[in-house]
Amino acid sequence: MTTDAAGPLESVASARRALGEGRVSSAELVEAALSRAQERVALSAVVGVRPTRAREAAAASDARRAAGEALSPLDGVPLLLKDNMVVRGEPTTCGSRILEGFVSPYDAGVVERLQQGGAVILGRCNMDEFAMGSSTENSCFGPAHNPWDPTRSCGGSSGGSAASVAAGIVPAALGSDTGGSIRQPAAFCGVTGLKPTYGRVSRWGLVAFASSLDQIGPLTRSAADAADLLAVIAGHDPRDSTSLPEPVPDYAAALDGDVSGLTIGLPRECFVEEGVEPGVLASVRAAVEELSAAGAKLVEISLPHTAHAIATYYLIATAEASSNLSRFDGVRYGRRAAGADDIDELYRRSRSEGFGAEVKRRILLGTYVLSAGYYDAYYRRAQQVRTLLRRDFDAAFERCDLIATPTTPELAFPLGEKSGDPVTMYLSDIYTVTANLVGAPGISIPCAPVDGMPVGLQLLGRRLDEATLLRAADAFQRRTDFHEQRPPGPPEDPT
Amino acid sequence: MSRINRQEVDEIAQLARLSLSESEAAEMERDLERILDYVAALEQLDVEGVEPTAHAIQGVTPVRADESTEPMDPARAVENAPESAGSAFVVPRVIDEEGS
Repeated sequence: MTTDAAGPLESVASARRALGEGRVSSAELVEAALSRAQERVALSAVVGVRPTRAREAAAASDARRAAGEALSPLDGVPLLLKDNMVVRGEPTTCGSRILEGFVSPYDAGVVERLQQGGAVILGRCNMDEFAMGSSTENSCFGPAHNPWDPTRSCGGSSGGSAASVAAGIVPAALGSDTGGSIRQPAAFCGVTGLKPTYGRVSRWGLVAFASSLDQIGPLTRSAADAADLLAVIAGHDPRDSTSLPEPVPDYAAALDGDVSGLTIGLPRECFVEEGVEPGVLASVRAAVEELSAAGAKLVEISLPHTAHAIATYYLIATAEASSNLSRFDGVRYGRRAAGADDIDELYRRSRSEGFGAEVKRRILLGTYVLSAGYYDAYYRRAQQVRTLLRRDFDAAFERCDLIATPTTPELAFPLGEKSGDPVTMYLSDIYTVTANLVGAPGISIPCAPVDGMPVGLQLLGRRLDEATLLRAADAFQRRTDFHEQRPPGPPEDPT
Repeated sequence: MSRINRQEVDEIAQLARLSLSESEAAEMERDLERILDYVAALEQLDVEGVEPTAHAIQGVTPVRADESTEPMDPARAVENAPESAGSAFVVPRVIDEEGS
């Protein structure tokens, strides 16, 4: 059933080519993606599909194309969203029981832009509850699995989005990244994951976790596909007061395969043996050498406060989360505990029944660090260290155009391995959190696998310089085929 | 030296409107202790005189044109409420009979 249209689903570029040449219709792509989702249901990557609305959108796209009026490179391409971006008339759960029964009365900014570009929104992807986690194990739907090895984590919190693209269910998905939640699962699943500059993509209709850090971005096969997605979703939105007004450049035009004028900084703090798996480090070093062979200049740089980034991140992110999640109170939406006699009991019982353990842990930590007597010692100090991290980046970008690091210190870890120890789990984001704290764009692209598991090279850029980031990532992918490697297919049906 | 005790856990749970079972509270005390121990490394840094950063991108907040737009219909806004009446959210009584 899927064989005819499966090829075009492999990437945005192949879907677009097949649609443009009339070899496949959007309607066929949607059917193929729906059956792929069904075949790969054991991954728990997809938590909800909307076949009727997707088929309607595909039919409309096919009609536009027949009339020669395709709206964007994404017209007719089926996509999945992380389950924290609202779509009018559809559920949004954020992987939480507290949003049981919620149906959005409006569309997120990214949803409007995707629909204006003709993309077909197929459904929703699994995630850590309220995006709090690095493994997609903290979900009310149960853990998502890594398509390369289902006993391992697909990363998180946008794990379902990364796994869906890796498994070939859809050619692209959107995720959100607060401390690495697009880039880390991209690395674990062998796909390309882009976190744009803070403010580049509207957060209107993205359920807030940490408002000064959250950013939506694409998970795709390639940097070229990511450029197509970003071109559609980026841009100013007056409904998000932190949305940046700068014009959106032509990202696709920047992909010329040439890195000869670029200087890439290698932070000495990120290229030490300590705390990173030797195979991962070797793979990332080889990837950087490949960029050097392509003409980029490599320089050693220093980001002296790197060791303090995780602590800074967890204080700021949890403080913001404790405030943002106060809106889930059993009054306006979601789950309400039965039988409460007064309003305070209603709040406490609805929240205690609705939130999972990691969300409670972070709300408590955030409440603590914002409370009288601890605010200066924890929250204010973390904001001051955030300034030091920003200065580190500003100084580094005077010496280089891009920064290269491993995306993660290790390969995808076995499910259950870290779920009992929050601090060990948090350290999975050691190379990614700083980009969020300083607002810089970052991308993870597949480099040489280790023991059959994907590895991610992270590139970080100057604020609003996604074009250079995508150019270097694309140049690497023109010279390598790691991004084209596929995980094994679904296990044979024993019947 | 412990950084957080059970009484403080109970206090912040009350502030955050969370009820913790006996075993949850013990687990949270242990986890928060470990997390606070980890973040204590920030104490080693000299941040004297360093301005705090609340937002990474500091620029001018864009101002939109001062034009009226159609707000969401209140009846639609309460559609997700567990309990509503007309365009209002219904909650348990918050003022007692005497109105005190």
